[in-house]
Amino acid sequence: MNQVNGVGGRLYKWIDERVKIQAFVDYMAHKSVPKHRHSIWYYFGGISLFFFIIQVATGILLLLYYRPGADTAYESVKFIITKVEFGWLIRAIHSWSANLMILAAFIHMFSVYFTKAYRRPRELTWLTGVGLLGLAMFFGFSGYLLPWNELAFFATKVGTGMVGALPFVGDFFLNLMRGSSEVTGATITRFFGWHVAILPALFTVVLTVHLILVQRQGMSEPVDWDAKKPSEKTVMPFFPNFILRDLLLWLIALNVLAILAVFFPYGVGPFHWLLGVKADPFVPPPPVIRPEWYFMFAFQTLKMLPATVMHIEGELIGIFGFGLGGIFWTLVPFFDRKTRHGQKGRLFVIIGLAAVIFILVMTILGYILE
Amino acid sequence: MQRLIPVTAVFVLILGLCFSIISSAQDNCLDCHTDWEDGENSPTQKWTYDIHNQVGLTCADCHGGDPTLDDMDDVRNSKGYRGLPSTAQIPQFCGRCHSDATYMKKFNPALPVDQVAKYITSRHGVLLGTGDDKVATCISCHSAHNTSPASSPMSSVYPLNLPAVCSGCHSDAEYMAEYGIPTDQYEKFASSVHGHALLVNEDIGAPACNDCHGNHGAVPPGVENISAVCGSCHAKVASLFADSPHRAAFEENGFPQCETCHSNHDIIKPLDNMVGTEQNSFCIECHSEDDGNKGFETASVISTLLDSLVRSEQNAIEVIDEAEIKGMEIDDERFALKDVRSSLVESRSLVHSFSLDEIRPELEKGIALADVTRINGLGIIDNYFFRRKGLGISTVIITLLAVIIWIKIRRIERQPRNRA
Repeated sequence: MNQVNGVGGRLYKWIDERVKIQAFVDYMAHKSVPKHRHSIWYYFGGISLFFFIIQVATGILLLLYYRPGADTAYESVKFIITKVEFGWLIRAIHSWSANLMILAAFIHMFSVYFTKAYRRPRELTWLTGVGLLGLAMFFGFSGYLLPWNELAFFATKVGTGMVGALPFVGDFFLNLMRGSSEVTGATITRFFGWHVAILPALFTVVLTVHLILVQRQGMSEPVDWDAKKPSEKTVMPFFPNFILRDLLLWLIALNVLAILAVFFPYGVGPFHWLLGVKADPFVPPPPVIRPEWYFMFAFQTLKMLPATVMHIEGELIGIFGFGLGGIFWTLVPFFDRKTRHGQKGRLFVIIGLAAVIFILVMTILGYILE
Repeated sequence: MQRLIPVTAVFVLILGLCFSIISSAQDNCLDCHTDWEDGENSPTQKWTYDIHNQVGLTCADCHGGDPTLDDMDDVRNSKGYRGLPSTAQIPQFCGRCHSDATYMKKFNPALPVDQVAKYITSRHGVLLGTGDDKVATCISCHSAHNTSPASSPMSSVYPLNLPAVCSGCHSDAEYMAEYGIPTDQYEKFASSVHGHALLVNEDIGAPACNDCHGNHGAVPPGVENISAVCGSCHAKVASLFADSPHRAAFEENGFPQCETCHSNHDIIKPLDNMVGTEQNSFCIECHSEDDGNKGFETASVISTLLDSLVRSEQNAIEVIDEAEIKGMEIDDERFALKDVRSSLVESRSLVHSFSLDEIRPELEKGIALADVTRINGLGIIDNYFFRRKGLGISTVIITLLAVIIWIKIRRIERQPRNRA
């Protein structure tokens, strides 16, 4: 880039004279990405980021017409999908992209887990990554209520009700989430605030830290990388090879997203976001109340737990179980001592597999048994 | 021991008095009749669920006599004994209480007390007065010992049960032979729009026999008051008909108003082809092209406009259905279709004015609305294809970009310094 050719080159020089980006470009050009049979998993972080960018863009467009409140939310979403030019497309892309972002983030997290990429010195990258997934799920939970339709209302009622089951602090957190003891218009404005202000701010900060860490530390190598001969260690330049591959996948993801949004603007089968009828707290709940698919395993587990276990409420035990499981999962880089020292820790692979099987089985059961 | 004797005597005396009081309050009618009567249809068995029993009345309250007596002959000879009434006596037997407003207020202040007065004026009552004991009396419809309020689904006169009760006599050709009236009313009613609503859909808002004929004062409606009977529910249609030129013409010719076109017991769901100048229409039974009045032409125009509205509605529905099948949002159009349907219903009702000035604006409004809805639906379907074309173009562009990047990657990776 030292050559000054054409308009682009002159523009680059003009910027470089002012903000010194050449050092950054040099750094990127020298950065490399390991090539091995698990390299494909490196791309899922980028895909999650792509869907997040789509979420921000479509979310801003939806904000132009969405009006929070028990009397306006449903009507404004209906207006968006029926009257606003391409409103249906923006909502469809926002909904599809939200689900695909969580899916990509889950795949990214489990690929990092099973390739042991969380090991030293990338503990902080793992922690921020788990934090991002948690924030993304909360994004989904808060966004689910915003259309103020029947299913969203009752699913939010059940979801927030679980928090109320916590001893001592349950009522406090229930009121904090709902804005009152029931799901009302106050809950929408609260969830709206979380969805468009608090969560994006938090997410941006954590995402920035996560990306800086990824750039500073580079891509993680496989556990047995150090034991390989130098001739077996193949790498590719981060810029432009890896970036272009990332871009290629982003374009494929965009194509898939466009096809899904046009052919299935309201989702597929049980994974749908049909607007349906407006929420009415005074009508009986619909026969099937289901949360978003990424909460289904937890929802189903809590449903299957007995009412009481040794005189303790089953639901409470489930909530505590998931809480402890989440803490363990978040802190796994500090527990997995073997991998930290370059050895293969089989125990954690088994734990990871058990978690994946548990999530899959409970999710499938959740949809079959409903 | 000696002290115990007077105490025991007092105790036995008190016990004897108690037995005496209990025994005097006892209703011996039920004790004996329950022993003698078998089967679930026996009066004593049915009495358990009878409204009179539930409000605390006893056998003696209707049949009289002293229920505390053990011996039946003593009961028959006791004061106020009325026993079993004859058929002719039944209205007055029941009316002894049911016509007494002061007495009935104790049980249900809202209950009418004019049943007997009405009954006497009914066809049943008139015939009973002439000594005909085959006619229906109170117990024929309400039963004797199993009476329930008419609002109770258990009652024989509950709307869903009433047609069967009436048809018990009125469909029995042998029993009704001497009266010279048809016995196919129930059959016709069951096949009618009213009968379907009541007996099949169990819609108790639909009319049963008593809603047209009256209950206690049941009479066949005369030619002159049929429109009043039908109009008690179909008020708007009756009002339109009353203001129409047909009213005077029907009266002049002795035609019953509603029945002439719609029949009586076998009223079918009205069809649009009942109006017009085609073979099935009722209009041509009186009107013809060269009869010198404008009835024939009016019928023809009404029929044409009605057909147009029905076709326009159907076309709009087909377009909206297609848009819905294509997964498009059509809530507003469905709502507009409801307005079209309202217009059609209103127009069908306005037909009874037999005036083009009244009907035409509503029909034309409906046709215009249906056409707008259909055009909107076509626009939605166009939008569906526009979306797919847009998707096709954007997919091609994105794919092209992806291919360019892929070629670029290949080219870069062929260069030795970038090769992995």
